[in-house]
Amino acid sequence: MGLLSRLKKIFTGKKPEQPEAGSGSANAPKAVTVPKARPGAKPAVTPGDVKVKKNPRKIEKEEKPVAEKITIGHVHMSGCTGCLVSLADNYGGLFTLLDNYADLNYCLTLADVRDIPKMDVALVEGSVCINDHHSVEDIRKARKNATIVVALGSCAAYGNITRFCRGGQWNQPQHESYLPIADLIDVDVYLPACPPSPEAIRNVAVMAYLLLRGSDEQKELAAAYLKPLMDLAKRGTEACGCDLMIDVIGQSLCIGCGTCAATCPVRAITIEGGRPNINRDLCIKCGACYAQCPRSFFNFDVMNQFEAIGEAIDAAMGKGGE
Amino acid sequence: MVLGNYKDCVCARAADPGILSASQDGGIVTQLFACALEHGIIDGAVVAGQGDEPYKPVPIVATTVAELLEARGTRYNVCPNVSMIKEATRSYGLDKVGIVGTPCQIQSVRKLQLYPMGMRSVGSKIALAIGIFCMENFSYQGLEAMVEDLCNVKMESACKMDIGKGKFTVFTERGAVSQIPLKLTHKFEQPGCHVCLDYVANLADISTGSVGTPDGWSTVFTRTKAGESIWGKAIEAGYFETKPISDVKPGLDLVTKLATDKITKNQKTLDERVSFGVGKGLRNPYL
Repeated sequence: MGLLSRLKKIFTGKKPEQPEAGSGSANAPKAVTVPKARPGAKPAVTPGDVKVKKNPRKIEKEEKPVAEKITIGHVHMSGCTGCLVSLADNYGGLFTLLDNYADLNYCLTLADVRDIPKMDVALVEGSVCINDHHSVEDIRKARKNATIVVALGSCAAYGNITRFCRGGQWNQPQHESYLPIADLIDVDVYLPACPPSPEAIRNVAVMAYLLLRGSDEQKELAAAYLKPLMDLAKRGTEACGCDLMIDVIGQSLCIGCGTCAATCPVRAITIEGGRPNINRDLCIKCGACYAQCPRSFFNFDVMNQFEAIGEAIDAAMGKGGE
Repeated sequence: MVLGNYKDCVCARAADPGILSASQDGGIVTQLFACALEHGIIDGAVVAGQGDEPYKPVPIVATTVAELLEARGTRYNVCPNVSMIKEATRSYGLDKVGIVGTPCQIQSVRKLQLYPMGMRSVGSKIALAIGIFCMENFSYQGLEAMVEDLCNVKMESACKMDIGKGKFTVFTERGAVSQIPLKLTHKFEQPGCHVCLDYVANLADISTGSVGTPDGWSTVFTRTKAGESIWGKAIEAGYFETKPISDVKPGLDLVTKLATDKITKNQKTLDERVSFGVGKGLRNPYL
């Protein structure tokens, strides 16, 4: 609890600072000088100032806390952009995230940057088409340039629906082999589901920030939070509803709570006789059921503090992202 | 710590005799959801409703007190309540959802709040999670065997089942009482329960169960800020009769003892799983 109260203090302590620095960053530092300077300084000093002012405020906002912020890039492989939409669906929370914690320094849809730059966290969406050399080069570059690679969503993590590709589609019929990114590069964190919820992406982004920029205690919490997702990344690149049969029921761990059925994005799971029944024709191999199952991983050190962590994340996001 | 973090613990029962008439013990869950519904704290609750066979529960989303009343009482077998939690926020369009569940189901709820991978806009809508004390659970077929084969009671003629004081008891419509030692039921427990380290739903907003309090009453733990606030409102509005837990017998000591027993026993199972095979073990879910 001591850990979290400090975490909260830092977050809630940061909030008042950040909005001041954020919303007023264009004015606040100058507001102090400008009123004094205005009468006298107008004619001579303006040229220098004007350049800065002409830049949209956003850029100034971003420049200020850059030293503290982490950089996040969204690397788009073969996916449907649903995971990126899910990130954007944090709505106001996305702005808080970008104002206070992270710069989106690469994202084909939202940031005007052509080549994959150096970044702290690469959120990779989609699987890699190994028949397309651009994709292969991109995923290699992402690995080289990123400190942490997150497989964002099930296509990146497990192949998901792209596992069903057989090629022959217009207008690249030769594109038939789509691999989860971990088949080609080392992946640090898995965030499966189709798509992972906005809240899950937000939590991982905040935890990545804490891991890279936080105090020792915050790093400890973030590491504890991210560990099961790192373990998922080590577990393998194949997923299926069958995981429930093999690794939960088969291991005498199922308690019939129904989480898997609620999680499945295609309603392939029903609970029959107190156990999940998987319609394997419907299953798209996203792995969400297994990841969400309370018996796939359950880290008491983190879960026991669910209330405090929830509050801390709310505080970090300026009370709820939505 | 075997009882988890809690802010307060009391002995309580519902003030409404209409609820108590068919409740398992103190009618806490039904009364609390009814209170939360009436105060607009929740728009509906996922509870164990009646399925197509006697004592076979199905999760339902109750949005009226009448529906809650129909779902009263304990059915000692698996009801996948969490499977309806997303549906409650989708088809039912609820913004504030209540859910009742066994400790493991409450664990599922907390996991889907902290790691909401496939649970978009669900976690923030869970307004009240009530946990019930749980030693172990049975499959429907297991319960059927216990009731029909061991107790010699037809499922359809049973009107109440109860576990307490080391016995499994079935009451029938015509007033017969059939009892077997709890020991005979152990083999019907679902295996997944044997690694569970939570007896009193440590992660719930409010958890409740009969253990620790006299017949017709329940032990109630308020654990979170949300739970504390809702319980406070319910008490203020006169929904419950309460007594200090220190004044009743057998009191918290028994709860602590049973919780310790469960955790010790299941920790042993977890330890044994590590060396289950020869140089190979079974998976530990708590990593």
